[in-house]
Amino acid sequence: MKKEEYLKYVEETTKRADVKKTFLFSFLFGGLICALGEALRLFFLNFSLNEKDASACVSCFLIILTAILTGLGLFHKIAKIAGAGTFVPITGFANSVISSALEFKTEGFILGVGAKIFVIAGPVIVYGTAASIICGLVFYFITLLGGTI
Amino acid sequence: MKIKRGVFHFKTPICVSGYSAVVGEMEGEGPLKDEFDRVLKGDMFGEKSFEKAESKMQQIAVIKAMQKANITADEVDLIFAGDLLNQCIGTSYGLRELKIPFVGLYGACSTMAESILVAAIFLESSHVKKTVSVTSSHFCAAERQFRFPLEYGGQRALTSQWTATAAGAVVLEEGEKTKIFVKAGCVGKIIDFGVKDINNMGAAMAPAAADTILRFFKETSTTPKDFDLILTGDLGEVGSKALNKIMQEEGFNLKEKHNDCGLMLFDLKEQDVHSGASGPGCSASVLCSHILKKMHFGELKNVLFIATGALMSTTSNQQGESIPAVAHLVHLKGEV
Repeated sequence: MKKEEYLKYVEETTKRADVKKTFLFSFLFGGLICALGEALRLFFLNFSLNEKDASACVSCFLIILTAILTGLGLFHKIAKIAGAGTFVPITGFANSVISSALEFKTEGFILGVGAKIFVIAGPVIVYGTAASIICGLVFYFITLLGGTI
Repeated sequence: MKIKRGVFHFKTPICVSGYSAVVGEMEGEGPLKDEFDRVLKGDMFGEKSFEKAESKMQQIAVIKAMQKANITADEVDLIFAGDLLNQCIGTSYGLRELKIPFVGLYGACSTMAESILVAAIFLESSHVKKTVSVTSSHFCAAERQFRFPLEYGGQRALTSQWTATAAGAVVLEEGEKTKIFVKAGCVGKIIDFGVKDINNMGAAMAPAAADTILRFFKETSTTPKDFDLILTGDLGEVGSKALNKIMQEEGFNLKEKHNDCGLMLFDLKEQDVHSGASGPGCSASVLCSHILKKMHFGELKNVLFIATGALMSTTSNQQGESIPAVAHLVHLKGEV
């Protein structure tokens, strides 16, 4: 069998995840997390927090919840079904940091936890920061020319 | 010893005088649960890290195999061993206390066949009389080295395989102490058909298995009919299908004779392992329990054991390289 033929055979026979099911669960779980976030926001607003503080509290709550679920070994079980539903919201970011911290503690707090805590989340931080700088510059030049956004 | 390029026939009787398989909890719940020498509880087996847990498993496997062969560590001339972890630390820490002259091997998941084959060649030379071949893998230690942290919430591809937490050891001796003999072997070539998907190792390794089996058939003028079982290491569901497809195109029908350790270790329907088991410990533990037991009781007499290994690293994969693979073959027979 030639290499090209074989690669074609592998491509044709490789089982892929059921897209409809994956999309549905991502939508449901993602939506559920966002609904929880919204409920929490309203709850915090009720406690006479302003808009900004209430949003920050929602983020903190979801991060802490993820940390607890990750620590208890439950998060990855939920994520197995939820897919992008738990990955895209702040829960995914929190889990990637916390799971790395837990994993690499056997190599010590400096070279293990300290050095490897952002091993998965690192690219998000790097490119998130870079994108915000570019957006900031665009915004700056637009306002400089008298425009508004 | 008769040698053709990469294919060896052993004239001296080299027998399997002891074997043992030690596995983790999940493997101990699979279809072969009653066949293992020991099933360890939890992930860490009382150790402080997954790497140490793997070492412990390998050490227990060697000690048990030596006990069954009725020999002590001092009597073993050479030990051939390796594993999946960087610099093979599963092996070096696991075998440290045993003080046996050590030959380290790296063949990824093909290590069991590789270590048996190399040991047999040494035994045939008559410079050594007793050897041990051993390998292991640990799901958690492999995950953290090759993939993601354990608690990371991701979805695994359907073609991916589950690294077995298992170790297997074989004691080989010159003579006719038992009725299981290493008769021949074939050293694999590095074969790369260009598969790049790290989640589809079965597909990457199948061409290597096919190449080795075809070379062995050709050099020994044999066909699948001459064997009771053609057992591959860890091709899983995807790789097994691919191997059968390649062999069919070459004019050999493996189907009824073929099985794969990756399909035997776990219950693919009940246990969530997707395309099957993988890792050096997978083929090692299946061979050193179910298969050698069946050979011991005469239920299997003629077995080709082909352990397959994917030879990439995380670095080569991130650099966009395809996955080279190797497959080593050992012919085990129930008579001299």
